[in-house]
Amino acid sequence: MNVFDYFGLLINDYTIRTISMGTVIMGIVCGILGSFAVLRRQSLLGDAVSHASLPGIAIAFLITGSKEPLVLFIGAALSGLIGTLWIMGIASKTHLKPDTALGIILSVFFGFGMLLLTLIQKMPNANQAGLDKFLFGQAATLIVKDVYLLAAAGGISVAIVIIFHKEFKILSFDPQYAKTLGFNITLLDIVLTSLIVIAIVIGLQTVGVVLMSAMLLAPAAAARQWTNRLGTMIILSALFGAFSGLAGTAVSASMSNLSTGPVIVLIASVLVLLSFLFAPDRGLIIRLFRHWKNRNFLKNEFSAN
Amino acid sequence: MSSAQIEIQIIASVVAVACAIPGVFLVLRKMSMISDAISHSILPGIVLGFFAVQDLSSPLLVLTAALTGILTVVMVELINKTGLVKEDTAIGLVFPALFSLGVILIARNAGDIHLDVDAVLVGDLAFAPFDRFYYGNTDLGPKSLWVMGGILILTIILITAFLKELKISTFDSELAASLGFSPVIIHYSLMTITSVTTVGAFDAVGAILVVALMVVPAATAYLLTDNLKKMILLAAFFGVVSALSGYWLAHALDVSISGSMATMLGFMFLLAFVIAPERGLITVLIRQRQQKREYSLLTFLLHIKNHSKTRGNPEEVMVTHLTGHFNWQKNKAGIILELALKNNLIEVNDELVSLTDKGEAFTREALDYIIYNNKASIELIGGRFLLFR
Repeated sequence: MNVFDYFGLLINDYTIRTISMGTVIMGIVCGILGSFAVLRRQSLLGDAVSHASLPGIAIAFLITGSKEPLVLFIGAALSGLIGTLWIMGIASKTHLKPDTALGIILSVFFGFGMLLLTLIQKMPNANQAGLDKFLFGQAATLIVKDVYLLAAAGGISVAIVIIFHKEFKILSFDPQYAKTLGFNITLLDIVLTSLIVIAIVIGLQTVGVVLMSAMLLAPAAAARQWTNRLGTMIILSALFGAFSGLAGTAVSASMSNLSTGPVIVLIASVLVLLSFLFAPDRGLIIRLFRHWKNRNFLKNEFSAN
Repeated sequence: MSSAQIEIQIIASVVAVACAIPGVFLVLRKMSMISDAISHSILPGIVLGFFAVQDLSSPLLVLTAALTGILTVVMVELINKTGLVKEDTAIGLVFPALFSLGVILIARNAGDIHLDVDAVLVGDLAFAPFDRFYYGNTDLGPKSLWVMGGILILTIILITAFLKELKISTFDSELAASLGFSPVIIHYSLMTITSVTTVGAFDAVGAILVVALMVVPAATAYLLTDNLKKMILLAAFFGVVSALSGYWLAHALDVSISGSMATMLGFMFLLAFVIAPERGLITVLIRQRQQKREYSLLTFLLHIKNHSKTRGNPEEVMVTHLTGHFNWQKNKAGIILELALKNNLIEVNDELVSLTDKGEAFTREALDYIIYNNKASIELIGGRFLLFR
């Protein structure tokens, strides 16, 4: 099957439509919240949170014994939040730097998650199969129920962003100013960070723990190159995210032996590269051209005199 | 204990020490997340190396993988130099792309490569003793022990030889540059050591736990000491403790060894984080509370001093006035008042507060320090004047 067949199947085939809807929703939500993560220098938080959610998934399964997406989703979000709070605690109460805090939480939580996953694998009931799909994500296993959950969680997050877009904007660019205006910036910070955690958890099933950070960053970093306006950036970022999701699903569905997550991430990375090169104003090529033009201009000016 | 068990523990300890040493410098140089990036992005290097030699245990793989590790650092720096995104974003963009490339290469050639992506992430120490190194017919021990032992010895030699240079360039890169050590060379040497160690350890403990072994022991040691040599030794010690306790935890629960090692490291860090004598959470919180109280005390005393000159306005120095004037809660005002009384800094006559001689001396000195912005002395003044704190 080639990529064009895929678009035929998109309309006709139920499974492919479900998977594509899942990856597109994931792309949009990550694109929107990723914009804030990139602007607030929380880029690597995505990496840490996605790893930190692993023990939550395992514990949720250990407690309830069910693989209901909602249960695992809540477990992942809680453990991601605990990881985030601990990172903030380490960075604010000790002299360790934020990046060290990220590295500690990321690796320790992931290691603990692996311990729990191997523990679960040894358990007599065979119900545990498939928990490890969270490592790399498995878009192919998305079912309609998952997509509904993604759409609901994503829809709520996006609605909150729309309602509070003014507050989040000022928080991202000038938190001190926001404080003097009387906004409760601690509360806003917690809300926005929680939304970012939710976006990450949404992506886990599709892209997986390891590659999730790219899904959060890449669309936003690409969108950033094309505009200096937050609103435009968020919309572009959502579009880039959706495109990566759709194109990634198309490519991986049309070739054998290709898991969707890594393909989506690679496509998003290519978008970043293209944006770096070709963006108007900020792009590297236009910058080189401008440089060359200035140099020529100066050369002519001086040789004329 | 069987000989395989002993060997696993030795390998785990060697890996832990080999990771902990470069980890100290990564933590001090604020490059912890670079180790995360390197550990992921060496995957395509390993796969490409495998395509070249068709042998997973060839030393060439270490070379190609280490080269990809350095390539990662170069790419991150190139992106930083364009100024298009911030540094942390650059790291976050580079390694997932390279890692995805590796995963896709493996998936497309699954028939040819017996490299399980899960194993890449988590590693498997349990089988390390069975991959042995033979010279002729003599059994020389597990191969990974030789690889990691070699890397460890090399690291120790390099670090002891260049400790001074590393120290200066870590804590004062401008001084290092002016003394003639190129920070660039030192930076890339450290990155090379990190990459090689990561590649070596990766087999045994997997990509993500390499990060745990590098960052966590160093961070734990940094909570306990400021001395570089002590920090390196402590980090190595914590690494070994986690290797041994992690092995036995894994043995007891029948779970992944590397996962248990990371969990034990997490426990040690948590302990140090909470109860470290000077940097621990408890000490920090107590100190912050004390500083806050002493700051309030000083404000209060200065207020009294200020108004003792303007005698016409007694309500400014009335006890009941304090809650209103400073906007303090009643119990806070009570605590501060009691603290000042206990330290013999003020006296109260008919609800009116006035400074004692000691209070006068204290405020005079504090005012001098404040005027000349002598921050260090302000912090010390409490120790000299306050018997009760």
